[in-house]
Amino acid sequence: MNTLLKKFKHLLPALLLTGAAASSADELHVYNWSDYIAEDTLAGFEQQTGIKVIYDVYDANEIMEAKLLAGRSGYDLIFPTARPFAERHIKAGLYQPLDKSQLSGLDNLDPVLMNSLASIDAGNAHLIPYMWGSSGIGYNVTKVREILGDDMPTDTWRLLFDPEIVAKLADCGVTLMDDPTEVLVAANIYRGAAADDFSRDSIKAASATVSAVRPHVRYFHSSQYINDLANGDTCVAHGYSGDVLQARDRAAEADNGVEIAYVVPAEGALVWTDVMAIPADAPNPAAAHRFINYLLQPDVIAPITDYVAYANANLAATALVDAEIRNNPGIYPPAETRAKLLVTPTPSERQIRDLNRSWTRVKTGQ
Amino acid sequence: MSLKSTLPTARHLIIAVPWFWLALFFLLPFLFVLKISLSEPVLAQPPYFDLIREIEDGFVTIVLNFSNYQLLLEDSLYFKALLGSLKIAGISTLCCLLIGYPMAYAIARSPAHWRLPLLMLIILPFWTSFLIRIYAWIGILKGNGLLNGVLLWLGIIDSPLEILHTPVAVYIGVVYNYLPFVVLPLYATLIRLDTTLLEAAADLGCRPWKQFMLITLPLSLPGVFAGAMLVFIPVMGEFVIPDLLGGPDTLMLGKLMWTEFFSNKDWPLASSLAALLLVALIVPFVLLRHFERRAEEAAT
Repeated sequence: MNTLLKKFKHLLPALLLTGAAASSADELHVYNWSDYIAEDTLAGFEQQTGIKVIYDVYDANEIMEAKLLAGRSGYDLIFPTARPFAERHIKAGLYQPLDKSQLSGLDNLDPVLMNSLASIDAGNAHLIPYMWGSSGIGYNVTKVREILGDDMPTDTWRLLFDPEIVAKLADCGVTLMDDPTEVLVAANIYRGAAADDFSRDSIKAASATVSAVRPHVRYFHSSQYINDLANGDTCVAHGYSGDVLQARDRAAEADNGVEIAYVVPAEGALVWTDVMAIPADAPNPAAAHRFINYLLQPDVIAPITDYVAYANANLAATALVDAEIRNNPGIYPPAETRAKLLVTPTPSERQIRDLNRSWTRVKTGQ
Repeated sequence: MSLKSTLPTARHLIIAVPWFWLALFFLLPFLFVLKISLSEPVLAQPPYFDLIREIEDGFVTIVLNFSNYQLLLEDSLYFKALLGSLKIAGISTLCCLLIGYPMAYAIARSPAHWRLPLLMLIILPFWTSFLIRIYAWIGILKGNGLLNGVLLWLGIIDSPLEILHTPVAVYIGVVYNYLPFVVLPLYATLIRLDTTLLEAAADLGCRPWKQFMLITLPLSLPGVFAGAMLVFIPVMGEFVIPDLLGGPDTLMLGKLMWTEFFSNKDWPLASSLAALLLVALIVPFVLLRHFERRAEEAAT
């Protein structure tokens, strides 16, 4: 294959040249989640540094990971979820260590988050936390109350995994995320099993819990529920905190009478952290460092939190965040809620394949 | 063998162009896929072991790993996905033919000045992005969407129909999207049909329905098969339409391949599935060639 590739290079030099020309010294290639930055963030950076930002977006970690694994992605900065993505990328040697002398705002970062990250990234050598949130339940307050009555607590996974309750809500629309780790771990928390048990028996039992409610689940999707909750097309969704709150805001904007709330289930829920990392083969790591440093400034990151409705990792920025967001327990949870949040456990590669294949069966009802 | 026959002639060169095209854009990529399908996944860049490994300078070892194919054959999930894809591709192709044939026939039989505008109407949707057209169907089919709104307003139904995220939505999306691929080759065949044959049959007392069954339909078979292949082959690997319109129980090879490639980072298994899909597609293609040849022989 290598010799063939060499021949290709002679055959198609023009094609490869256009690829190479794309990365020059004053350009920064950023690959981030969609809708994950404020509207004026990039303009501010370009004005301050004169570096032109080429900004691409993805809507799933897997898409970004596939590009990274294929090699020579051409990106200088990426925003993976810490566990399991950044964790395994560090193990595979896909990131370069950060030059901390170029980063002045590190002291602002939440020490709790930094300690947690140090368990997958020794000495916090590669990863800088960006935003964090939880995955819980978003629901249509009026309709769920109407169906379940006023006495039924809503801060429980029973809304998604108790067949009796889900059957009642089915006509109104119940949705689960299309993510085996998120859903199967939530099912394990619901049935009182260890969240980080990825043995085949545990996966099987969690799959059975989900299969029992599957006939009443309208679909499995990790972002579709934002629109559907907001429009009143669905009633209960397993979703990310910020996404559910986005649905709530959209419904309020549309003034369609739909009232959405987000809860962290009392049984416990998963917390995730998205981080910034520089790929080992980044063409312009110096510019990537400058961009990280820019995002470490409290007055830069606070407006991003205002815009995306996720908590940032910057303690100095909290006071600058809009009071409505800062005081929202779904975004900045109080200490007792934060105590219920579990760090997303990481399955082994073998377990991931077990999880995913088991997941395909659950989803398709095989 | 004379020297003359071994020298490339202009004719050989013309034949060589499509073969070169096939080799460069079909055979070569397929060999890459086949190579990956015989390796093992590993957490690295790229995420699979190279087949050819150098032990010491000069000495190389080739390790072929057939366990991916073994897993595909042993785990019933993959066979069910193949059946799922075959079913969706088969039914969609049939629906496309049943709807597309009368359309192509009507266009071919309409007055000459009508044909171009009618064909334009078939082609016009292609001027809009494929994705936008599929998203439009989400808006039409969803619970409080256009279709349910109209049906409720007319009083035909009492509660909204649940079409989106069901197999019906996938069929609607696939048939809508692939219909032009049936209509256009059928039209091309039907327009070239020698109408004097039909006149002769009519003169001899053959009824219109029998004329169609005995003359028009058999002569349009190459168009039918060309259209059927143009639908069947891409739908077999279709990913976007079932992903956007289908429900959780829509099990197709394309989606499974996505999971193996992106979620499992198991490029070798995804490649094995791709190779399997190719085999599943070559069979109908060979059938098509067979029918085409028969039609050519019948024509001469």
